[in-house]
Amino acid sequence: MSRLTPAVTDSDHILGPPNAPATLVEYGDYECPYCGMAFPIVEAVRRRMGDDLRFVFRHFPLTRIHPHAQHAAEMAEAGAEWGKFWQMHALLYQNQQALEDPDLLLYAAQVGIPPEEAVTALRTHAFAPRVREHFRSGVRSGVNGTPTFFINGVRHDGEWDEPSLIAAVQNAALEGSRR
Amino acid sequence: MTVAPASKPLPAGTPAPDFTLPSGPDSKVRLSELRGKPVILVFYPADWSPVCGDELALFNEVLPEFQRYDAQLLGISVDGVWCHRAYSDARHLNFPLLADFEPKGAVSRAYGAYRQQDGFSERALFVIDRDGVIRWSYLSPVEVNPGADGILSALEQLPSHAAHAGTES
Repeated sequence: MSRLTPAVTDSDHILGPPNAPATLVEYGDYECPYCGMAFPIVEAVRRRMGDDLRFVFRHFPLTRIHPHAQHAAEMAEAGAEWGKFWQMHALLYQNQQALEDPDLLLYAAQVGIPPEEAVTALRTHAFAPRVREHFRSGVRSGVNGTPTFFINGVRHDGEWDEPSLIAAVQNAALEGSRR
Repeated sequence: MTVAPASKPLPAGTPAPDFTLPSGPDSKVRLSELRGKPVILVFYPADWSPVCGDELALFNEVLPEFQRYDAQLLGISVDGVWCHRAYSDARHLNFPLLADFEPKGAVSRAYGAYRQQDGFSERALFVIDRDGVIRWSYLSPVEVNPGADGILSALEQLPSHAAHAGTES
Protein backbone atom coordinates (compact mmCIF):
# COMPACT_ATOMS: atom_id res chain seq x y z
CA MET A 1 0.00 0.00 0.00
CA SER A 2 1.40 3.37 -1.01
CA ARG A 3 1.72 5.83 1.87
CA LEU A 4 2.46 9.53 2.05
CA THR A 5 6.21 10.08 2.55
CA PRO A 6 7.11 12.31 4.25
CA ALA A 7 4.02 13.02 6.33
CA VAL A 8 2.53 16.51 6.44
CA THR A 9 4.82 19.03 8.15
CA ASP A 10 4.59 22.71 9.09
CA SER A 11 6.39 23.65 5.90
CA ASP A 12 3.54 22.27 3.79
CA HIS A 13 0.81 24.44 2.26
CA ILE A 14 -2.09 23.75 4.60
CA LEU A 15 -5.73 24.84 4.81
CA GLY A 16 -7.76 23.79 7.84
CA PRO A 17 -7.03 23.07 11.48
CA PRO A 18 -3.98 20.98 12.47
CA ASN A 19 -6.12 18.71 14.66
CA ALA A 20 -8.70 17.93 11.96
CA PRO A 21 -9.61 14.21 11.98
CA ALA A 22 -9.12 13.94 8.21
CA THR A 23 -6.21 15.14 6.10
CA LEU A 24 -6.51 15.27 2.32
CA VAL A 25 -3.25 15.70 0.41
CA GLU A 26 -3.26 16.41 -3.31
CA TYR A 27 -0.26 16.07 -5.60
CA GLY A 28 -1.09 18.25 -8.58
CA ASP A 29 0.10 19.98 -11.72
CA TYR A 30 -1.25 23.43 -12.67
CA GLU A 31 -1.43 22.58 -16.37
CA CYS A 32 -3.07 19.17 -15.94
CA PRO A 33 -6.71 19.30 -17.06
CA TYR A 34 -7.73 16.63 -14.55
CA CYS A 35 -6.22 18.69 -11.73
CA GLY A 36 -8.20 21.63 -13.09
CA MET A 37 -11.34 19.52 -12.82
CA ALA A 38 -10.35 18.55 -9.29
CA PHE A 39 -9.95 22.15 -8.10
CA PRO A 40 -13.67 22.99 -7.63
CA ILE A 41 -14.27 19.48 -6.29
CA VAL A 42 -11.68 19.96 -3.56
CA GLU A 43 -13.21 23.36 -2.78
CA ALA A 44 -16.62 21.69 -2.41
CA VAL A 45 -15.18 18.96 -0.18
CA ARG A 46 -13.54 21.60 2.02
CA ARG A 47 -16.81 23.53 2.35
CA ARG A 48 -18.70 20.37 3.20
CA MET A 49 -16.17 19.13 5.78
CA GLY A 50 -15.45 22.45 7.50
CA ASP A 51 -13.12 22.06 10.46
CA ASP A 52 -13.09 18.28 10.07
CA LEU A 53 -10.69 18.56 7.15
CA ARG A 54 -7.13 19.68 6.67
CA PHE A 55 -6.14 20.10 3.01
CA VAL A 56 -2.56 20.07 1.77
CA PHE A 57 -1.26 20.70 -1.75
CA ARG A 58 2.09 19.50 -3.08
CA HIS A 59 3.52 20.04 -6.56
CA PHE A 60 3.85 17.25 -9.09
CA PRO A 61 4.53 18.95 -12.44
CA LEU A 62 4.68 16.57 -15.43
CA THR A 63 7.01 18.87 -17.32
CA ARG A 64 7.48 16.73 -20.43
CA ILE A 65 3.80 16.83 -21.35
CA HIS A 66 2.94 20.14 -19.65
CA PRO A 67 5.52 22.74 -20.65
CA HIS A 68 4.09 25.48 -18.41
CA ALA A 69 3.64 23.41 -15.27
CA GLN A 70 7.08 23.95 -13.79
CA HIS A 71 7.03 27.76 -13.98
CA ALA A 72 3.48 27.83 -12.67
CA ALA A 73 4.52 25.76 -9.64
CA GLU A 74 7.53 28.01 -9.05
CA MET A 75 5.26 31.07 -9.16
CA ALA A 76 2.94 29.47 -6.62
CA GLU A 77 5.96 29.00 -4.36
CA ALA A 78 6.97 32.62 -4.95
CA GLY A 79 3.45 33.48 -3.82
CA ALA A 80 4.02 31.46 -0.66
CA GLU A 81 6.98 33.69 0.19
CA TRP A 82 4.54 36.58 0.34
CA GLY A 83 1.84 34.64 2.18
CA LYS A 84 -0.19 34.36 -1.03
CA PHE A 85 0.16 30.70 -1.93
CA TRP A 86 -3.55 29.86 -1.93
CA GLN A 87 -4.52 32.99 -3.86
CA MET A 88 -1.96 32.10 -6.52
CA HIS A 89 -3.04 28.44 -6.45
CA ALA A 90 -6.65 29.45 -7.19
CA LEU A 91 -5.67 31.90 -9.93
CA LEU A 92 -3.55 29.28 -11.68
CA TYR A 93 -6.33 26.69 -11.66
CA GLN A 94 -8.90 29.24 -12.78
CA ASN A 95 -6.68 30.27 -15.71
CA GLN A 96 -5.19 26.98 -16.87
CA GLN A 97 -5.35 27.98 -20.52
CA ALA A 98 -3.14 31.04 -19.87
CA LEU A 99 0.06 29.99 -18.13
CA GLU A 100 2.77 31.67 -20.21
CA ASP A 101 5.35 33.63 -18.24
CA PRO A 102 3.64 37.02 -18.91
CA ASP A 103 0.39 35.53 -17.60
CA LEU A 104 2.16 34.32 -14.46
CA LEU A 105 3.58 37.80 -13.88
CA LEU A 106 0.10 39.23 -14.26
CA TYR A 107 -1.25 36.86 -11.58
CA ALA A 108 1.71 37.71 -9.37
CA ALA A 109 0.78 41.39 -9.63
CA GLN A 110 -2.86 40.55 -8.87
CA VAL A 111 -2.01 38.80 -5.60
CA GLY A 112 0.47 41.49 -4.61
CA ILE A 113 3.91 40.03 -5.27
CA PRO A 114 6.26 42.93 -6.13
CA PRO A 115 6.84 42.75 -9.91
CA GLU A 116 10.63 42.66 -9.69
CA GLU A 117 10.45 39.75 -7.20
CA ALA A 118 8.17 37.81 -9.53
CA VAL A 119 10.47 38.37 -12.50
CA THR A 120 13.50 37.33 -10.45
CA ALA A 121 11.73 34.20 -9.24
CA LEU A 122 11.14 33.04 -12.79
CA ARG A 123 14.58 34.04 -14.04
CA THR A 124 16.65 32.49 -11.23
CA HIS A 125 14.40 29.48 -10.61
CA ALA A 126 14.82 30.23 -6.92
CA PHE A 127 11.86 28.02 -6.04
CA ALA A 128 12.69 25.11 -8.34
CA PRO A 129 14.39 23.09 -5.57
CA ARG A 130 11.26 23.28 -3.44
CA VAL A 131 9.10 22.13 -6.35
CA ARG A 132 11.57 19.30 -6.96
CA GLU A 133 11.39 18.34 -3.30
CA HIS A 134 7.61 18.04 -3.59
CA PHE A 135 7.96 16.00 -6.77
CA ARG A 136 10.42 13.60 -5.18
CA SER A 137 8.22 13.13 -2.14
CA GLY A 138 5.38 12.33 -4.55
CA VAL A 139 7.43 9.69 -6.32
CA ARG A 140 8.34 8.18 -2.93
CA SER A 141 4.72 8.22 -1.87
CA GLY A 142 3.55 6.31 -4.95
CA VAL A 143 1.94 9.14 -6.89
CA ASN A 144 0.63 7.40 -10.02
CA GLY A 145 -0.71 10.27 -12.12
CA THR A 146 -2.15 13.71 -11.55
CA PRO A 147 -4.01 14.43 -9.47
CA THR A 148 -3.15 11.81 -6.83
CA PHE A 149 -4.87 12.11 -3.47
CA PHE A 150 -3.82 10.75 -0.10
CA ILE A 151 -6.37 10.54 2.70
CA ASN A 152 -4.89 10.27 6.19
CA GLY A 153 -1.64 9.21 4.59
CA VAL A 154 -2.98 6.42 2.35
CA ARG A 155 -3.21 6.73 -1.43
CA HIS A 156 -6.81 7.09 -2.56
CA ASP A 157 -7.18 4.75 -5.55
CA GLY A 158 -10.94 5.23 -5.83
CA GLU A 159 -12.91 7.79 -7.82
CA TRP A 160 -12.53 11.46 -6.92
CA ASP A 161 -15.77 12.94 -8.16
CA GLU A 162 -17.38 15.09 -5.47
CA PRO A 163 -19.65 12.48 -3.80
CA SER A 164 -16.90 9.81 -3.85
CA LEU A 165 -14.25 12.11 -2.41
CA ILE A 166 -16.61 13.44 0.27
CA ALA A 167 -17.54 9.87 1.26
CA ALA A 168 -13.89 8.81 1.43
CA VAL A 169 -12.90 11.83 3.49
CA GLN A 170 -15.89 11.41 5.82
CA ASN A 171 -14.93 7.78 6.45
CA ALA A 172 -11.38 8.86 7.21
CA ALA A 173 -12.67 11.57 9.56
CA LEU A 174 -14.70 8.96 11.48
CA GLU A 175 -11.67 6.72 11.82
CA GLY A 176 -9.43 9.68 12.56
CA SER A 177 -11.65 10.93 15.40
CA ARG A 178 -11.68 7.45 17.03
CA ARG A 179 -7.91 7.42 17.37
CA MET B 1 -16.17 -7.91 -12.63
CA THR B 2 -13.06 -9.72 -13.86
CA VAL B 3 -12.98 -13.48 -13.37
CA ALA B 4 -9.82 -14.09 -15.39
CA PRO B 5 -7.11 -16.09 -13.63
CA ALA B 6 -4.43 -13.84 -12.22
CA SER B 7 -1.06 -13.79 -13.97
CA LYS B 8 1.95 -14.88 -11.97
CA PRO B 9 4.87 -12.58 -12.74
CA LEU B 10 8.31 -14.17 -12.37
CA PRO B 11 9.37 -13.67 -8.75
CA ALA B 12 12.53 -12.16 -7.24
CA GLY B 13 15.52 -14.45 -7.50
CA THR B 14 14.65 -15.73 -11.00
CA PRO B 15 17.22 -15.18 -13.76
CA ALA B 16 15.56 -12.75 -16.18
CA PRO B 17 14.72 -14.55 -19.46
CA ASP B 18 16.84 -13.02 -22.20
CA PHE B 19 15.13 -11.45 -25.21
CA THR B 20 15.78 -9.36 -28.28
CA LEU B 21 12.98 -6.99 -29.29
CA PRO B 22 12.70 -4.16 -31.81
CA SER B 23 12.98 -0.69 -30.28
CA GLY B 24 12.30 0.98 -33.64
CA PRO B 25 12.11 0.21 -37.35
CA ASP B 26 15.90 -0.29 -37.56
CA SER B 27 16.98 -1.00 -34.00
CA LYS B 28 16.80 -3.79 -31.47
CA VAL B 29 17.46 -4.12 -27.75
CA ARG B 30 18.91 -7.29 -26.28
CA LEU B 31 18.45 -7.60 -22.54
CA SER B 32 21.72 -9.46 -21.89
CA GLU B 33 23.67 -6.64 -23.56
CA LEU B 34 22.56 -4.37 -20.71
CA ARG B 35 24.43 -6.47 -18.08
CA GLY B 36 26.30 -4.21 -15.70
CA LYS B 37 23.44 -1.82 -15.13
CA PRO B 38 20.09 -2.36 -13.45
CA VAL B 39 17.15 -2.69 -15.85
CA ILE B 40 13.54 -1.72 -15.17
CA LEU B 41 10.98 -3.54 -17.35
CA VAL B 42 7.58 -1.87 -17.57
CA PHE B 43 4.99 -4.11 -19.23
CA TYR B 44 1.79 -2.23 -20.07
CA PRO B 45 -1.40 -3.06 -21.98
CA ALA B 46 -1.31 -0.62 -24.90
CA ASP B 47 -0.02 2.63 -26.34
CA TRP B 48 -2.60 5.44 -26.33
CA SER B 49 -4.95 4.02 -23.71
CA PRO B 50 -5.54 6.86 -21.26
CA VAL B 51 -4.32 5.13 -18.11
CA CYS B 52 -1.09 3.92 -19.76
CA GLY B 53 -0.42 7.44 -20.93
CA ASP B 54 -0.33 8.51 -17.34
CA GLU B 55 1.88 5.63 -16.27
CA LEU B 56 4.52 6.12 -18.95
CA ALA B 57 4.37 9.91 -18.65
CA LEU B 58 5.00 9.48 -14.94
CA PHE B 59 7.97 7.14 -15.41
CA ASN B 60 9.33 9.49 -18.09
CA GLU B 61 9.24 12.29 -15.56
CA VAL B 62 10.92 10.13 -12.90
CA LEU B 63 13.78 9.11 -15.25
CA PRO B 64 16.33 11.35 -13.48
CA GLU B 65 15.61 9.51 -10.23
CA PHE B 66 16.13 6.13 -11.95
CA GLN B 67 19.32 7.40 -13.55
CA ARG B 68 20.79 8.10 -10.14
CA TYR B 69 20.99 4.30 -9.93
CA ASP B 70 22.32 4.05 -13.50
CA ALA B 71 19.17 2.09 -14.32
CA GLN B 72 17.84 1.57 -17.86
CA LEU B 73 14.06 1.79 -18.24
CA LEU B 74 12.35 -0.22 -21.00
CA GLY B 75 8.63 -0.12 -21.83
CA ILE B 76 7.12 -3.25 -23.41
CA SER B 77 3.72 -3.81 -25.02
CA VAL B 78 2.37 -5.80 -27.97
CA ASP B 79 2.05 -2.67 -30.13
CA GLY B 80 4.20 -2.50 -33.26
CA VAL B 81 7.22 -0.29 -33.86
CA TRP B 82 5.40 2.44 -35.83
CA CYS B 83 2.70 2.71 -33.22
CA HIS B 84 5.37 2.95 -30.50
CA ARG B 85 7.19 5.64 -32.45
CA ALA B 86 4.09 7.81 -32.90
CA TYR B 87 3.17 7.38 -29.26
CA SER B 88 6.67 8.06 -27.99
CA ASP B 89 6.96 11.20 -30.13
CA ALA B 90 3.58 12.47 -28.97
CA ARG B 91 4.46 12.02 -25.29
CA HIS B 92 8.13 13.02 -25.57
CA LEU B 93 9.24 9.75 -24.01
CA ASN B 94 12.97 9.52 -23.33
CA PHE B 95 13.26 5.74 -22.98
CA PRO B 96 12.78 2.90 -25.50
CA LEU B 97 9.44 1.21 -26.11
CA LEU B 98 9.92 -2.39 -27.21
CA ALA B 99 7.49 -4.14 -29.56
CA ASP B 100 6.49 -7.58 -28.22
CA PHE B 101 4.70 -7.98 -31.52
CA GLU B 102 5.97 -11.14 -33.27
CA PRO B 103 5.46 -13.74 -32.03
CA LYS B 104 2.82 -11.73 -30.26
CA GLY B 105 3.37 -11.35 -26.54
CA ALA B 106 6.15 -13.97 -26.38
CA VAL B 107 8.32 -11.94 -23.99
CA SER B 108 5.36 -10.90 -21.88
CA ARG B 109 4.41 -14.59 -21.58
CA ALA B 110 7.96 -15.54 -20.58
CA TYR B 111 7.75 -13.06 -17.71
CA GLY B 112 4.26 -14.18 -16.62
CA ALA B 113 2.90 -10.80 -17.68
CA TYR B 114 0.48 -11.64 -20.49
CA ARG B 115 -3.30 -11.54 -20.44
CA GLN B 116 -4.19 -14.48 -22.64
CA GLN B 117 -7.89 -13.66 -22.53
CA ASP B 118 -7.32 -10.06 -23.67
CA GLY B 119 -4.33 -10.51 -25.96
CA PHE B 120 -2.17 -7.82 -24.36
CA SER B 121 0.44 -7.41 -21.63
CA GLU B 122 -0.34 -7.03 -17.96
CA ARG B 123 0.57 -3.88 -16.08
CA ALA B 124 3.69 -5.42 -14.52
CA LEU B 125 7.02 -4.11 -13.27
CA PHE B 126 10.37 -5.89 -12.93
CA VAL B 127 13.66 -4.65 -11.52
CA ILE B 128 16.62 -6.68 -12.80
CA ASP B 129 20.04 -6.37 -11.16
CA ARG B 130 23.40 -5.85 -12.86
CA ASP B 131 23.86 -9.62 -13.20
CA GLY B 132 20.56 -10.21 -14.95
CA VAL B 133 18.59 -11.56 -11.99
CA ILE B 134 15.08 -10.32 -11.19
CA ARG B 135 15.20 -8.62 -7.78
CA TRP B 136 11.64 -7.32 -7.59
CA SER B 137 8.42 -7.80 -9.50
CA TYR B 138 4.97 -6.35 -9.17
CA LEU B 139 1.64 -6.96 -10.88
CA SER B 140 -0.79 -4.05 -10.75
CA PRO B 141 -4.52 -4.29 -11.43
CA VAL B 142 -4.89 -3.27 -15.09
CA GLU B 143 -6.98 -0.23 -14.15
CA VAL B 144 -4.56 1.08 -11.49
CA ASN B 145 -1.31 2.81 -12.43
CA PRO B 146 1.55 1.64 -10.30
CA GLY B 147 3.61 4.52 -8.94
CA ALA B 148 7.40 4.55 -9.06
CA ASP B 149 7.85 4.03 -5.30
CA GLY B 150 8.28 0.25 -5.53
CA ILE B 151 10.85 0.55 -8.31
CA LEU B 152 12.90 3.10 -6.35
CA SER B 153 12.84 0.98 -3.19
CA ALA B 154 14.00 -2.04 -5.21
CA LEU B 155 16.81 -0.06 -6.87
CA GLU B 156 17.87 1.25 -3.49
CA GLN B 157 18.19 -2.28 -2.17
CA LEU B 158 20.37 -3.57 -5.01
CA PRO B 159 23.71 -4.70 -3.51
CA SER B 160 26.07 -2.39 -5.37
CA HIS B 161 23.86 0.64 -4.97
CA ALA B 162 26.29 2.28 -2.54
CA ALA B 163 29.15 2.12 -5.04
CA HIS B 164 27.10 3.86 -7.71
CA ALA B 165 24.72 6.28 -6.07
CA GLY B 166 25.85 6.41 -2.45
CA THR B 167 27.49 9.79 -2.82
CA GLU B 168 24.32 11.43 -4.13
CA SER B 169 22.46 13.44 -1.58
